[in-house]
Amino acid sequence: MVMVTSMVTSMVTYKNVVEATVDIIREAETQLPDDVIDALKSARQNESSDVAKSQIDAILKNIEIASNNNIPLCQDTGILIFYVEIGRELKLDIDLKGAILEASRIATQEVPLRPNAVHPITRSNSSDNTGDGLPDIKYDFVEGDQLKIMVAPKGAGSENMSALKMMNPTELKDIRKFILETVLNAGGRPCPPIIVGVGIGGSFDKAARLAKAALLRKVTDMNDEEKGILKDINSLGIGPMGLGGDNTALAVHLATSYCHTASLPVAINIQCWANRHASVVLGGDE
Amino acid sequence: MMEYHLSTPLKKEDIKELSAGDIVYISGTVLTARDEAHARILELKEEGKELPFSLEGAAIYHCGPLMQQTDGKWRVVAAGPTTSDRMSKMTPALLENFNVRVLIGKGGMNNVADAMKEKCVYLAYTGGCAALASGSIKNVPAVHWPDLGMPEAVWELEVNEFGPLIVGIDTKGEDLFTSIKEKARSSFLKL
Repeated sequence: MVMVTSMVTSMVTYKNVVEATVDIIREAETQLPDDVIDALKSARQNESSDVAKSQIDAILKNIEIASNNNIPLCQDTGILIFYVEIGRELKLDIDLKGAILEASRIATQEVPLRPNAVHPITRSNSSDNTGDGLPDIKYDFVEGDQLKIMVAPKGAGSENMSALKMMNPTELKDIRKFILETVLNAGGRPCPPIIVGVGIGGSFDKAARLAKAALLRKVTDMNDEEKGILKDINSLGIGPMGLGGDNTALAVHLATSYCHTASLPVAINIQCWANRHASVVLGGDE
Repeated sequence: MMEYHLSTPLKKEDIKELSAGDIVYISGTVLTARDEAHARILELKEEGKELPFSLEGAAIYHCGPLMQQTDGKWRVVAAGPTTSDRMSKMTPALLENFNVRVLIGKGGMNNVADAMKEKCVYLAYTGGCAALASGSIKNVPAVHWPDLGMPEAVWELEVNEFGPLIVGIDTKGEDLFTSIKEKARSSFLKL
């Protein structure tokens, strides 16, 4: 685990940002957050199918090997997605984007990461996980004087199963059906047990951003509505890896935003069991 | 549920007893191939050209491994399966032209059970378990088509007791993934 407390006093310099970012990429790729591991363990306990049990056992063993040997959990080390929160009292006079790009290149060599970034048309691989538009960095301004960087590597197996629909405002009750259909069509392809992020409202692109950010919530942080959808998903019996069983999903997270009166955008972002993310905080007057 | 231990190269007889749901461990050589490699194999076949590797009795692994080269020698860092369905459309042509006996991947495949009858089996490895998989990969004898990039190149991997693999599609036309999906669809319609 990254020692967040020791990082709090690190000054926001180019060098510190590069080093801290390489550290969180390594942490995210090699260790799962505790809440995800706990959810997988409890899925193992309530699973009734023998094949499904064998799949969750393999997953738990894989998590242990990756953590002990400091190697990536999955060969699909994903594309790197960063969430950056900038305290509005922080004096930021460094090339922040440049530091994150440099950290991504260093991490590709050192962790190592699979080079996944290709040109969308020529498919030529940049070999360092960067390229025009990648990594994806989202910035937000928050209270305070600190810089928080979170990385969420996203693999393609689950990302490819995601969906977005511009629904009619009167079709509210069809949202649940859309979620279930998306999970059903995905079957075993996104490496279940999955986590389902749903963005409702906003706009075409905002719904997708909401859905993706919802994946970062604590797995067990669900209201009754979300728990109800989760129960319906798990009643389908797709099971771990699509081989049948009681655990198709670990969590459903809904996120909403005000939207145009004529619109109802709904985005569903699917996350495999390896819900990887890690963060660090720099700066502050301590 | 039976357990089998297979070695490559494989003959038809080696796989005909396998039934959907059985457990398999493989030793020998597996060749990684995903989207771009499948496309190139079929392209070369079309042009009547030879492949730089043999697919006779082969096991193809739908995998884009994470590799590291030290002192000129390649080693596997992590090598779990990729989503097999992306290769579904190219698989019948592959099986028609080459005697591939085993496909290894994750998530199942669509509309290939007929093409696999009496010829080939599909084995599922637990998705995302790349650190676990790397433990049974002992050597990397060769890499073909490195111009496709690390994930898409064809890597020859020497494996020992690679598994557990679950038989997803057998040579008798039984497809575990499709039957589970059909059951899921009928549960969905009842909700």
